[in-house]
Amino acid sequence: MFDYETLKFIWWLVIGVLLMGFAIMDGHDMGVGTLLPFVGRTDLERRAIINTVGPHWDGNQVWFITGGGAIFAAWPLVYATAFSGFYWAMLAVLWAMFFRPVGFDYRSKIDRPLWRKGWDLGLFIGGAVPPIIFGVAFGNLLLGVPFHFDDSLRSSYSGTFWQLLSPFALLAGLVSLSLLTFQGANYLMVRTEGAIYQRARKAALAFGVLLLVSFSLAGIWVSHMKGYAITSGASPDGLPNPLAKMVSVEAGAWLRNYQFYPWTKLVPALAYAGGVLGILFAYLRRPLSAFVSSSLAVLGVIGTAGVSMFPFVMPSSSDPRSSLTVWDSTSSQLTLGLMFGAVVIFVPLIVLYTSWAYKVMAGKVTTEYIEANSNSTY
Amino acid sequence: MISSQLVDLSRLQFAITALYHFLFVPLTLGLSFILVIMEATYVLTGRQIYKDMVKFWGKLFGINFALGVTTGITMEFQFGTNWAYYSQYVGDVFGAPLAIEGLMAFFLESTFIGLFFFGWGRLSKGKHLLVTLLMAVGSNLSALWILIANAWMQDPVGAHFNYHTMRMELTNFWTVVFNPTAQAKVVHTVSAGYVTGALFVLGISSYYLLKNRDTEFARRSFRIAAAFGLAASLSVIVLGDESGYTVTESQQSKLAAIEAMWHTEPAPAALNLIALPDQETESNRYDVQIPYLMGLIGTRSVTKTIPGIAEIKEKNRRRIENGIIALTALERLRRDPQDAQARELFRDHQQDLGFGLLLKKYTSDVSRATPQMIQQAVDDTVPRVAPLFWSFRIMVGLGFSFLALFALAFYYSAKGNFMHKRWLLKWALWFIPLPWVAAEFGWVVSEYGRQPWSIYGVLPTQLSVSSLSTESLHWSIAGFVLFYTGLLIAEMYLMVKYARQGPGSLGTGRYANEPSGT
Repeated sequence: MFDYETLKFIWWLVIGVLLMGFAIMDGHDMGVGTLLPFVGRTDLERRAIINTVGPHWDGNQVWFITGGGAIFAAWPLVYATAFSGFYWAMLAVLWAMFFRPVGFDYRSKIDRPLWRKGWDLGLFIGGAVPPIIFGVAFGNLLLGVPFHFDDSLRSSYSGTFWQLLSPFALLAGLVSLSLLTFQGANYLMVRTEGAIYQRARKAALAFGVLLLVSFSLAGIWVSHMKGYAITSGASPDGLPNPLAKMVSVEAGAWLRNYQFYPWTKLVPALAYAGGVLGILFAYLRRPLSAFVSSSLAVLGVIGTAGVSMFPFVMPSSSDPRSSLTVWDSTSSQLTLGLMFGAVVIFVPLIVLYTSWAYKVMAGKVTTEYIEANSNSTY
Repeated sequence: MISSQLVDLSRLQFAITALYHFLFVPLTLGLSFILVIMEATYVLTGRQIYKDMVKFWGKLFGINFALGVTTGITMEFQFGTNWAYYSQYVGDVFGAPLAIEGLMAFFLESTFIGLFFFGWGRLSKGKHLLVTLLMAVGSNLSALWILIANAWMQDPVGAHFNYHTMRMELTNFWTVVFNPTAQAKVVHTVSAGYVTGALFVLGISSYYLLKNRDTEFARRSFRIAAAFGLAASLSVIVLGDESGYTVTESQQSKLAAIEAMWHTEPAPAALNLIALPDQETESNRYDVQIPYLMGLIGTRSVTKTIPGIAEIKEKNRRRIENGIIALTALERLRRDPQDAQARELFRDHQQDLGFGLLLKKYTSDVSRATPQMIQQAVDDTVPRVAPLFWSFRIMVGLGFSFLALFALAFYYSAKGNFMHKRWLLKWALWFIPLPWVAAEFGWVVSEYGRQPWSIYGVLPTQLSVSSLSTESLHWSIAGFVLFYTGLLIAEMYLMVKYARQGPGSLGTGRYANEPSGT
């Protein structure tokens, strides 16, 4: 149906779409978790906040799991190299996420302050730690990661966990945290009223501004840092072999796509537009528009990282020719084609029934509602 | 060379996290369909008590489900974090069912579980039933795709090795999906989940009957569980037998170890009911045999023989010798893809490449393997007998005991006097934990029995690990144990609390033990 090169490119887009789906959907749940202890002052307020995402967090979290599965199926070398190389970062994400299902489901089942405050802390960790680490991971991808392959394509990571926490990577972590918290704050405005709404609005304004500032700083930093470029050897339609190419490392290389294809500048522009509009609409108390805007900011921010690095996915700082790119870390043509078919069939279905679920549960979650349904809500 | 300590620790971590995840999966599979039955009854009869049953058993379902989700995330990521070479070597084939599981099944299950809990009062009766049904279908479809992936590890069909990319690649997706090993495995495992769900409801209902409270609620729950459980336990045993038959086709070494069959016997072989296997002398010190039965189960004939361990090893020795040729040719091809002679050698021997890789445990230069190393690799090809022999017998023994329990429960519920059979109620109550025991031993039979391979005949477990330090593994295992212990305590506490409190926890005013203040 599609030739190999086209399929490889399509899969770069598909992985991007899945990551964006994750950041928009699970992202706002995580943002809500991060804001929980600050926006909710009383137990009843916190329950109201938790119940805005109560019926949906589980489905939304599957974007994360499916994203992982899709990377496994479409980019097995990236899945293998990144997850084992970022071992402790991945475990930190996993362990932080452990707090979410149980936090949501178990918190309201026992009425003791210590139990509930404990899970509030857990939901905060589960909301704040993963976005920070995802940002840090993206920061490290832009910087290059110290890994190499041996002749049997076994990857070895030669860095440490602490090495991942460089100043630029931490800045990227801040971009990611403010993006998802901004998203979560706008969602909370859509689904709450009264004091919670007011506090969520303040949070949206603050994190929106923080997003614009940190994203700008990161952009300036990226334009000066060393980027990667393929100099020879990798044929986009050939069998994937990451060791068959030569790669150069030069300052400003991450800006080349914007120079060759000026229309791609629309992607960072989208990030700014979404950010500015999101702040504006939050200020004007139009939460739904604010949520749509911050979702556009999510597309813009993730898209910017992707376009800057294209065709690189995971450059190697210690052995640049081991770098993983869109062309040489993919599955076979058969698997890519088949999995693309599965995505085309199922993603629209998922969007459809998820929208239905939100429609069924639409409306403000109030503290009065929680009190009246104490035994059946979170 | 990869340190054996790293491999052992990686296996330990995988076993801990997989066995732990599998504490929550079976109940989700079974209870979700029991909820569907109860809710369908509610929709058909309109009787409030069935709605209360859905809500109460649903509450316990939710407590269990939360940990199933939590521990499932670990499984999705652990292939990458701890089994990186495995992931790169077979991701082209193995990744596909995992990703499809997410897209087709897990999204469905997870989206509708939200509406299951929060949609009461917002959805019509029929629509809510549809939501519950989609949730149950989603969780069972999840199991289907995961077990298709697992069956491919046991019986890697529909794929070939590509020396350009150094990995297994998909040749036919539908062969992978319709793998006979997968079919038997799916129905066997899913039915085991139904047994777990049924016994859970049966046992807890018996508890209320023994305490003589909420009897109407408990009686109706008991009846549904007894009928569902009887069908499920029959299915487990029949399909377990089918698994046994497919095992003989694809994994003779697993079957030989399960049966402690050290040597090929004349057909039809006898079944060792009980034996004391001795790995050192490769014989059984003591055994009780049933004549002919093994041959009948394993081959469905009286004339075909089942190979014993000694004969399997001899066959594998030849495959290892061929594997050395394949691997040496592959290494030449990696250096010079134009080497026509190496390509021909590789083509002729590549079906034994995996057997050559077994020697990597003992030497990095396989072409210089000593006869002693080859002997060690040959011995590795059959898993240790005693753990498999006993795990299998515990699993099967429990399976038959469940069948007996459900048959009696069904008989007395048809007669309508089960409430007065206190011995039966006690039996059901005390048996609640045992389906989990059977399921965990089933996992051991299936996965320990696959050793020394992660992909049977293709990729040794030894080579599948990530290049991590053993220190990292020590800490991550400690972390998992710590987290999982804490989570299990919280889960068990809530489960016992709500199970003891019973339907009164719904706060409807219709049951015993209503929460104070409402």
